[in-house]
Amino acid sequence: MAIVKEDLLYTRSHEWVRFADGLATIGITDYARNELGELVFAEAVSPGRRVVPGQAVGAIESVKVAADILSPLTGEIVESRTEIDNELDQLTEDPYAVWFVVIRPDHLSELDSLMDAAAYEAFCDSEG
Amino acid sequence: MNTDAPVKLIFEYEGQETTGRLLPADDSAPMDLAAVLGSDNLRPAPPEIPNLAENQVVRHYTRLSDKNFGVDNGPYPLGSCTMKYNPKVHEDLAALPGFAGVHPLQIPETTQGCLELLAELEKQLCMICGVDRMTFQPAAGAHGELTGLLLMRAWHLSRNDHKRRTIIIPDSAHGTNPASAAMVGFEIREIRSGPDGLVDLNALEEALDDETAGLMLTCPNTLGLFEKDIRRIADRVHEAGGLLYYDGANINAILMQARPGDMGFDIVHLNLHKSFSSPHGGGGPGAGPIGVASFLEPFLPVPVISSTDDGRLFLDEQRPLSIGRVRGFHASFAVLIRAYAYILANGTSGMREVSEAAVANARYLQSRLSQAFDMPYETPCMHEFVLSASNFKPYGVSAMDVAKRLIDYGFHPPTVYFPLTVKEAMMIEPTESEDRESLDALAEAFLAIAHEAKTRPELLHTAPHNTPVSRPDELRAARQPILRG
Repeated sequence: MAIVKEDLLYTRSHEWVRFADGLATIGITDYARNELGELVFAEAVSPGRRVVPGQAVGAIESVKVAADILSPLTGEIVESRTEIDNELDQLTEDPYAVWFVVIRPDHLSELDSLMDAAAYEAFCDSEG
Repeated sequence: MNTDAPVKLIFEYEGQETTGRLLPADDSAPMDLAAVLGSDNLRPAPPEIPNLAENQVVRHYTRLSDKNFGVDNGPYPLGSCTMKYNPKVHEDLAALPGFAGVHPLQIPETTQGCLELLAELEKQLCMICGVDRMTFQPAAGAHGELTGLLLMRAWHLSRNDHKRRTIIIPDSAHGTNPASAAMVGFEIREIRSGPDGLVDLNALEEALDDETAGLMLTCPNTLGLFEKDIRRIADRVHEAGGLLYYDGANINAILMQARPGDMGFDIVHLNLHKSFSSPHGGGGPGAGPIGVASFLEPFLPVPVISSTDDGRLFLDEQRPLSIGRVRGFHASFAVLIRAYAYILANGTSGMREVSEAAVANARYLQSRLSQAFDMPYETPCMHEFVLSASNFKPYGVSAMDVAKRLIDYGFHPPTVYFPLTVKEAMMIEPTESEDRESLDALAEAFLAIAHEAKTRPELLHTAPHNTPVSRPDELRAARQPILRG
């Protein structure tokens, strides 16, 4: 059973979002980590870039697939984990401890469309 | 398959100092190479070329080739790759001295026959695709994508339309599509497929705007499904000011039945090495020609084949609007010879039978396998289909386990974990080359494995059992590759 944390928000493409002090921190969920399998590469988009929902803020590659980490928000990337490719072991160990980017969102209302823990857990169940 | 222990690397044989010498030792006076060539041009130490006897070398590579599995060994249902049988007579034709002995720098007066073959092949392929001109320059599929997208950009810029910077790509597309678009500098807008696995017209509508440069589409798509709304899709993209790029990876399904140009595509790509019979896999060479509607012709890469007033063919470099050269020389000529031979050998009716058999074979296999595997889409497939092994999750069995077990049964596994839109995906393309007997054998193997998955799952977890290496450590191979002998 994939771990879902209570205090986070979630996307349908399996990113977690921690919102605090006007900033949204983004990473991948435990469910995503399980689905990806063994990780071989990760990268995060550099700070300063503006993004819209659905745009890539990072990428991750496993022995099975390569996938983008998608921004659920409109805003500017204010911080990113440039060394994340060296932290794959930690990312595998606890995907909630290793974030990819921090975004300053333009519209807080966009957070409303994200799932809370209960909704995300149900969503993962429906995905099988 | 040879089941010996793993073979050594060529560098690991004993007796390297003494054995490998065909000619007597050189007793001529040594030359001062440093004086002749300059000491900067000399390597500090001789290259470490293994010094082995001829029979050691021959046996080494023969042993390696015994461990290979190709279309000549048996069914190779690697979805999306079209591993069809390649007639051997095409090899003879490509090796004819008049073709094989020609040099790309010869003057055109001495290569009229080769240029004529290229011009004829271009005509035939334009007819097959419903386009007006074609370039053979791109080296293979992804290079064709790059070339097609450069044409798209050149056309928009020629109209002073500088806003067009997004390319729309469905989520079921080949991974090379977004990669090529990014290479050209486009922004990628991915659209989710509908529940039927096809382009969702509403999602397309939302993605279209005055920044849309174009849409890249594979039809039938990666799930082996025909885009039934293709005319509507084409009209909407054109109305929004964009162009349509056809990824021809799956042309085998519609050969001589339908033409991408008629569907509304402006730029059409083919993989000649797949659909038109060149041995492929293992790195090439391939050929990924790009066909275009006439309004894009001025932008084609140079050279294009033109003829003088008196009918002599030449390589035309004087084209001011061209995107330029995308490759040295004139493309993978031997692949083009095989493609031409394939078209002439089959003719119109033969190529129609190719697509009919490719689709019938896939549907037959899909129908047989639906007894034991999940089929995520109900629509009948075209030349390939995607099943899901997720119904074996309760037994701890994955698509990878099923694929590996198939090796024990003597078959090449299908593509796994692609497309990404299907969980535990296995993508199966039998091609038109397989007869009923081999399709049945493949189906029986899948069904036997499905039974084992429920009764003896450990057999699948440890598969394959009869190969020198069971499961390579893909993680270590990706993270810490050893690339030198």
